[in-house]
Amino acid sequence: MNKYLKRALQVLAVLIVLVGCVLLFMSYLAEREEPVPGRAVADGGAQVARGRYLALAGNCAACHTARGGAPYAGGREVQTPFGSVYSSNLTADPQSGLGAWNADDFWRALHHGKSRDGRLLYPAFPYPNYTKVTRADADALFAYLKTLAPVAQPNRAHALRFPYDSALLLAAWRAFYFRPRVFEPDPGRDAQWNRGAYLVQGLGHCNACHTSRDPLGGSNLKADLAGGLIPVLNWYAPALTADPKEGLGRWESRHLVSLLKTGVSEKGAVYGPMAEVVYKSLQYLSDADAQAMAGYLKSLPANTTSPSDAPPSAESMARVMEAGGQLYARHCADCHGANGGGFTAAYPSLAGNHSLTMASAVNPIRLVLNGGYPPGTAGNPRPYGMPPFRLVLGNDEVAAVVTYIRNSWGNQAGPVSSVEVGRYAAVPLE
Amino acid sequence: MAKRAALQPRALFFGLAYLLVSAGTWSADAPRAPATATTSAGATTPTASAPTTTRSASPVTSAVPPGPRTSIPDTMAERVAACVACHGSEGRATTDGYYPRIAGKPEGYLFNQLLNFREGRRQNGTMSYLVANLPDDYLREIARHFSARNPPYAAPQLASVSAATLERGRVLATTGDAARGLPACAACHGSALTGVAPATPGLLGLPRDYLNAQFGAWSNGARRAAAPDCMARIASRLSGEDLGAVTAYLAAQTVPAHAVPTDVSALPTKLPLECGSVPARGAP
Repeated sequence: MNKYLKRALQVLAVLIVLVGCVLLFMSYLAEREEPVPGRAVADGGAQVARGRYLALAGNCAACHTARGGAPYAGGREVQTPFGSVYSSNLTADPQSGLGAWNADDFWRALHHGKSRDGRLLYPAFPYPNYTKVTRADADALFAYLKTLAPVAQPNRAHALRFPYDSALLLAAWRAFYFRPRVFEPDPGRDAQWNRGAYLVQGLGHCNACHTSRDPLGGSNLKADLAGGLIPVLNWYAPALTADPKEGLGRWESRHLVSLLKTGVSEKGAVYGPMAEVVYKSLQYLSDADAQAMAGYLKSLPANTTSPSDAPPSAESMARVMEAGGQLYARHCADCHGANGGGFTAAYPSLAGNHSLTMASAVNPIRLVLNGGYPPGTAGNPRPYGMPPFRLVLGNDEVAAVVTYIRNSWGNQAGPVSSVEVGRYAAVPLE
Repeated sequence: MAKRAALQPRALFFGLAYLLVSAGTWSADAPRAPATATTSAGATTPTASAPTTTRSASPVTSAVPPGPRTSIPDTMAERVAACVACHGSEGRATTDGYYPRIAGKPEGYLFNQLLNFREGRRQNGTMSYLVANLPDDYLREIARHFSARNPPYAAPQLASVSAATLERGRVLATTGDAARGLPACAACHGSALTGVAPATPGLLGLPRDYLNAQFGAWSNGARRAAAPDCMARIASRLSGEDLGAVTAYLAAQTVPAHAVPTDVSALPTKLPLECGSVPARGAP
């Protein structure tokens, strides 16, 4: 055999072994389990109450309840780009639920992303976030779940496409994207900041939506909380960083607290998937926790540069802006005001609203097409609604009016085409 | 009858006005017109000087003053702007031939449907999306609001079926077909077919396409109600021809003026079929 070829093969073999070793080591880091013993608590009732609150903060019931089904009995379909995952039964039923589990089993699921039998769990269950939850909080959650009336409802098998249904691929995914690690407080920050960080990064699992994902479904942590299009749902979760155009740069902490607790604020209201999060979870946060989350989010620096849109020709822009302005005056100004100021709590302000000026125009497009209600919360129990305009406006008109609101009253963002509107008009609402 | 005759040209006028608005040639906001009809609590007493039935809902004579608004009325009419976009001003339905009239339906019926959309027992993406995150109390208030409206009905749809088919539809609606276990529509929905409080809807003034679609949905399980689901059972016993006949008949009826759901005491205590969404009677 050729001397050089032999040499090359030897090098290749060494490389393969090296890569294999690195992968194995990464997998070891993802899978190693150091026992963290639970501690007995003196007041079981208080522990259950705390667990109930934490379950609300983590919005567990939203995914673990099928529409119209028994709470926490699982069966809700979570669609992903890789197929569908079905949530599991968390009630105390011994066969189909957690009735036969103990606190160590639950900790293993929450902290290590593994089921009681050691099976690796799919990260649609956001354990890359939940791994940050402390053992004491995990035990409280489990104590609460044990109090749920048993519902016999067998779990439904996931329907993931090949090769995403392979356990080996899931192990490889975990080697790259998952490390079990409880939240470590930053000693340089105060307790409130650390509480906010703990909730945002852990149970709140904000970055499950507010961080973009790579093609393998891993969160792009270099741009953590810098916003992202939610796969399948096709709503854009805006940046929660200080970016003034894409994120919370123009928000104050009190606006955020209002949004989290009531669904509406001076700076904007929640619709789409975030309306569900506020309705089922965030409205129940204590004021202190809402303030802690808001304070932590407000401390996040901008970590991306807003893409600069290629400016369209002034002539075509002027034409679209004129048409959009006429439509706005006819259909929108009555509620949102000629100056885009809106009426706080009833109709959101459009001037300076970052949901409009983000590079992605999907949210305003879908809101104009489908309308929507912010959630009915304790702080805003009878919300005002936005009518769907898909019956009244054609795609080109929606494009014109969205372009207009993205470029009026100090707003500045790229124009929207009727093709883009058509794309999102076809997306189902559920 | 004089009253009824007087309503007809007005209904036509509303229809035309709505068409103009939908075509985008009118700048007024039709759904906003009823803003004066409710109190802030969404109560049903008409507070305006004119009752709902005689008040003009035309954009031309709308009570909303021209010019920008300085505040948002704290009313249910304002809050349900999203509903009337499809269901028509005050929920009177639109002329597009699908979206059903919701005005004047019994409150319990409307509330049950809002819950059904929210909980996945009825399938309509827009409806489920709009009510997904609204609490029961608010949905009941929305139901109460539309239940208390009584705007005029549009002219009935001209039947495009034979006289024999219409007659078959009339027989089914008014006497049923005992041989096939089909009770008359009127046995539960009221002798005038205008519904029975609290939870049985009126059947008149609905587009035929909408009625057909509901029977289709009951047949394939896409529309469900609390068990026992009486309408699902009826849909399973109805042949295609009979379904076409009864919906053609219902859609072709002129609705009596001041049609309102009758009181439940007008019905026998025991319904021909058990219905889970109709509260049981008889027991104290």
